[in-house]
Formats: sequence, structure tokens, C-alpha cells
Amino acid sequence: MERVLCAAAACLFAMGLVTQDVSAGPVAPADVKISEDGEIKTSLTGSAGSAVKGREWFKNRKLGNCLACHVNSELKQEQFHGEVGPSLDGVADRWSEAQLRAIVVNSKIIFGEETMMPAFYRDSGFTRPLKKFKGKTILSAEQVEDIVAYLQTLKE
Amino acid sequence: MGMRVISSTAAKLVAAAGLAAVAAYATVALAGPNDNELVVEGQKFVTDVPGAKDSPIETVYSGWRFRNEATQAMQLDDFDNPGFTSVETGEQLWSTVDGEAGKSCASCHNDAAESMKGVRAQMPKWNEAAGKPLTLEHTINNCRTQNMKAKPWKWESNQMLSMTAFIGLQSRGMPVNVKTDGPMKAWYDKGKEIYYTRVGQLDMACSGCHENNYGKMIRADHLSQGQINGFPTYRSKWQKLGSIHRRFKGCMKNIRAVPHKVGGDEFTALELYVASRGQGLSVETPAVRN
Repeated sequence: MERVLCAAAACLFAMGLVTQDVSAGPVAPADVKISEDGEIKTSLTGSAGSAVKGREWFKNRKLGNCLACHVNSELKQEQFHGEVGPSLDGVADRWSEAQLRAIVVNSKIIFGEETMMPAFYRDSGFTRPLKKFKGKTILSAEQVEDIVAYLQTLKE
Repeated sequence: MGMRVISSTAAKLVAAAGLAAVAAYATVALAGPNDNELVVEGQKFVTDVPGAKDSPIETVYSGWRFRNEATQAMQLDDFDNPGFTSVETGEQLWSTVDGEAGKSCASCHNDAAESMKGVRAQMPKWNEAAGKPLTLEHTINNCRTQNMKAKPWKWESNQMLSMTAFIGLQSRGMPVNVKTDGPMKAWYDKGKEIYYTRVGQLDMACSGCHENNYGKMIRADHLSQGQINGFPTYRSKWQKLGSIHRRFKGCMKNIRAVPHKVGGDEFTALELYVASRGQGLSVETPAVRN
């Protein structure tokens, strides 16, 4: 019986009905490709994010929570902007899409080990992570792309 | 005086810039410790001291200096200080007999104003019998179980908080003065290591906020140096007093890390190290924060 199934699978492969990439989903955190100059050139999901959704994830305290540390005048109706990190006004003028993606995924790629900014698309290597966050990223690949799309709208 | 000059200069700069964007964040631009003086019933408190020679901090500031004036005001008058309800409870407990030995604290320690003076300022303190440093909470429970033959109090119970507040008050105004040498050195080093270790999914260490970014806003919170000279502290967020270890635990959960055990060796070591970073600040127990 097993042999029959195997043969059938091989047959499907041969016919090109099953591709190697069976789980055509977002790239896993460990598989994100970072270029030599610290850029992530391709979308984590394979498609462009939504700036409208990204704006929501950006201010959501349980997701991006970006206002905890950054001023962003585009969201000035939101009270209290943090000042631990730099202002994000005009951030798209200073960084390319590939750089912004790298900064959101793991800012240490660009800013070095000393930065305080968390890595939003990293799921391992943490010390004492709370159980409910263990093995998980802060943002999904889709949310990263949405935020990257939103950040690209922040021009001066 | 130096601070005042800086603040007014900053204010002029903001005013001169006259930009809508700058004006909108004026409170942010002026963030930093404020210049107010903490004086309670004529008693002046030291809320800033030069950092020790080996300290990474130039000036050590009490957390009181980072609070807004409404919160600060609650600590200026003991009648307005909500922590004093617990102090009164602690005072009653001091002379309440409990346990099989038929004793109260007062049975041995008499007048707390005399016997407990300076105790808070030196905690955590090396205890030879235990072979490790003990916090105030540990010391109280040791006395309860060994001398009073009474049940230990839970760390965050109202009784424990009331007693640590009452005992702490007897050191109010005295400078924080913990020992970090001799057998304490290993514990100091352990605490220091914990202070600088990044933990949790947010991958942050105590130093990230409280050494490198104090004075800045993190969303609506004004980052302090995380000094612990006012504990147990009344926090409006808690609506009651809370212990040092509760505060540590809250911070760790915020950065999505598994907190160390309340009352355990790690937090005791951290308490010692953090206390040492505030050497010379006045004990403010019970302080008021938000």
C-alpha cells in the first residue's frame, strides 16, 4: 500500500503537478535572506504589503507599538509619542524599502548589537521568553510587509 | 541650578523654533528630570547625587524627579500620601502578638523609631546565619518564623507591605547605604549581570531604558533610572503599595520575559545591585509614583 502511494507521489512530481515548494507561504524567520549591505530585498510574503493595514499594526500596542519609542507626525492625533528612537517623519526619504524591511525584521542587521529596537521577525535566540511568545515572532511576515508599506509613505 | 538653566534654554529654543511640529511635542522636548525639591514637613530629601566613581551614571536621580507635579505633590504631604494608610496598619501590626511564642515585633524591638532606624537604607544586608543577603521582607519573615513562631507573610500581602512601609519609614530621609564588598561582592556581581542581560521577546536589559534612556518618554511613561529608594511604593497604577520585586517582575513581563522568582536569589541580587546604583539618595518610603 505504501509503495503504491510513493509511486503515485513520484508520478505527480514527474507530471509537474507537485512542486518542490509545497508550503508556498511566507519565508520563515531563519530563512530570511539578508544581503551583504544589510538589506532584505524581497518581500517576506512574495507580495506587496498594505500601507493602510500597516498603519494599524504600527500603532497597535500589542503589535508594532512603534509609537512607544518613535515620534510620527502622521499619527499626531494619537497621544504620547515616545522619544527613545529617532522620529520617523520622513523615514522613507532616508531609507530604502529593502533597508526599512531589514530594520523591521531585525534592526541589529543595520544598527548593530547595541540598538534597543526589538527584532520584529525573529523567533529564536531569546533569553527567558515568556511561554506564550516562545518560538514566535512579534509580527507576522504579512504584518512586516504592511508596516514596510506604511513606512514608505512617510515622506517629507 | 544647572538643570534650571538647561530647562529654560530648552524652553526658549522651543519657543524660538515656533514650528507646529515642535510645539506639539514641547513636553517631549523638555523631558528629563525636573528641578523640583522634595521637602516633606520641613525635611529636605536628597533626590540627586553625583554618581560614584565607577558608576556609568553621571548624576543619580530619584524617580520622584521624573514624575509630573500632580504625582509629586502626593508625596509632599503625608496626609495626601496614600501609602500612609498602610504605614498605620504596619504600626498596629508592630505591636500585635502573633504566633506560638506569644510575641509581637515590639516585644523584642520596642520602639521602631529607635530600633528600626536605618534598617531600610542598608537592605539587602548580609546575614551570616543564612549565608546570603536578606531583603527586608526576608528579614521580617525570618523573625516571624524563628522568633515569633508565626507563619511567614506572603511577599505581596497587605501585612508584609504594611510592615515594610512602617519599618522603611523609620529610615526616611537617610541615605541609601548598601554594602557591596566582602561576601556581598558575588551577589553584587550577579545582580549586575542580570541588570545588563537582555531578556524576553523584546530582547531588552534593564540598562536599555534605565541607564541609556532615562529622562525620555516611552509612549506616555517618563523613563526614570529605576531607583528603588522609595519602596514599598504607592503606584496609582496598582492603587496600592507594591514591593521592589513586584516592580522587577512587571518590568520583565513588559519585555515578554519570564520573570525571576519573587523573593528568590536572582531578584535579591538585582535588588542589591540596583540599590547600590542609588547610594546616597534619601530613603523615601513610602514614595508615590504613577
